[in-house]
Amino acid sequence: MTYSAAAEATAIEFVRVSKTFGDRERRHRVLNEVNWAVPKGKTTVIAGGSGQGKSVTLKLILGLLKPDSGQILVDGEDVVKMGQSQLRQLRTKFGVLFQGAALFDSLTVFENIALPLRERTKLKEAEIRAKVMATLATLELAGHEEKYPAQLSGGMKKRVGLARALQLKPEIVLFDEPTTGLDPLMTLEIYSLFQRMQRQLGYTAVIVSHDIPKVFELADRIVLINKGEADVFSEASEIIKSDKPHIRDFAEKTMGI
Amino acid sequence: MVHCPNCGGIPSSRTQRQNPLQNNTISTWAAPFYHLGDHCLALLADLGSMGLFLVSALAGLFRRPFRGRELVRQLRFIGAGSIAVIFFTALSSGMVLGLQGSYTLNKFGAEGMLGSAVSLTLIMELGPILTALMVAGRAGSAICAEIGIMRISEQIDALECMAVDPFRYLISPKFLAAIISVPLLTAMFDVVGIWGGYLAGVQLMGANSGSYFSSMSQSITNHEIRIGLIKSFVFALLVIWISAGRGYFVYRIRGAGFGAESVSKVTTQAVVLSSIAVLIFDYLLTAVLL
Repeated sequence: MTYSAAAEATAIEFVRVSKTFGDRERRHRVLNEVNWAVPKGKTTVIAGGSGQGKSVTLKLILGLLKPDSGQILVDGEDVVKMGQSQLRQLRTKFGVLFQGAALFDSLTVFENIALPLRERTKLKEAEIRAKVMATLATLELAGHEEKYPAQLSGGMKKRVGLARALQLKPEIVLFDEPTTGLDPLMTLEIYSLFQRMQRQLGYTAVIVSHDIPKVFELADRIVLINKGEADVFSEASEIIKSDKPHIRDFAEKTMGI
Repeated sequence: MVHCPNCGGIPSSRTQRQNPLQNNTISTWAAPFYHLGDHCLALLADLGSMGLFLVSALAGLFRRPFRGRELVRQLRFIGAGSIAVIFFTALSSGMVLGLQGSYTLNKFGAEGMLGSAVSLTLIMELGPILTALMVAGRAGSAICAEIGIMRISEQIDALECMAVDPFRYLISPKFLAAIISVPLLTAMFDVVGIWGGYLAGVQLMGANSGSYFSSMSQSITNHEIRIGLIKSFVFALLVIWISAGRGYFVYRIRGAGFGAESVSKVTTQAVVLSSIAVLIFDYLLTAVLL
């Protein structure tokens, strides 16, 4: 499918973005003038093999890495040209669920979820408590608020990470390998939770995942990153029909076709 | 979250740098120059990063909201937690000074100067140095390991992604706590050390009690106390800067490896470097302030 960004509102747009690692002798081009966009309010899945630049893509979106060339537009503003204070402002739009949940291990579940509210809002402690307890109930974590991350299972950690990421009602939520290390049942549970929360809050979701083909069920758009190129599909069946050899190869290896 | 596509680590100057020697792109005779240049560049980059780290940490002290509760927690850890260590170090140092001083001064018939010798040594040299070394070993290592683990487990990335300034939230309260605690601990060290010197020199060795204190009050002026305080303030800054900075940059320190190994190596490095820095700056400050 040829992708056209003009038809719909986009939350994030990559315009001719290139990113290279290594030096003159051994260059590794992770992204080679890629163009793709994330539609607003929808779920975009970024898939690809290991070392193909999926996580680098997330870091580029957050302005934690700079591309060699190109534009990365978030709500029409170019992340590449932003200074530190503008980047900090930009990041207020995002919620991020990290691969290992990245919970603060010296804080309790309650304190972890309350952290963005305490640091970024002027809410009173009673209001923060009420909000956090409501989130804990929604994510079926009630009764675990006084536990520390080390006392939680993998699935619970992800749910706490999601609760923390959603506290400030972000416009865009980035998920970095959200089901790594979870059993198949827990994976399905986490996916259904993602869908439920997105319906409830209406955020734009960008999911980076290895979990193919299951994660494609969530996708409104799929971006396959392979050998520096990004191919965009609107559903998994299009991947199978692709006539590009590297896409066929990817489908055979990951989707069992 | 973010891993280098080449090696799986976080992209950095360390992971990105390839070795041209292995690719035979540099001839053998040039190899030493390559290594020298490579190390110099890495050292410059490291110094630059540490400089920016210091500026950001100090700037974080003036950003709002101020984290009063975290400051108290750090004061308790760096300051109150070090009291026992400082007490015993000061007591034994003071007693040794009392014994050695009375033995040496007796040879010259100058045992009346014992109080002066003990207090000058403690207030101007041993107090600030030993307090800084003890804080580096006890609190500096713990702070380095804590920040290093937070870095490798993406907790610092998480703060940045939540638009929470990691310096204001995490680093600056530790800086302020160290800057407050170390001079106070040094003052305590001086008092306990002088008392230890009195115990050993006067009570055990039989020096005159009156001359111990009168020689002390004659030789110690505000100038000596000021030198001791300035030293303790500078040493506090050095210890917390190096300890927190090594932890913060754990992923880009050459030869540190990855994961738990990298944290253990940078923690050792933090204690060694801050101890050396304290000793070097002690000489420089003494030369300038005397």
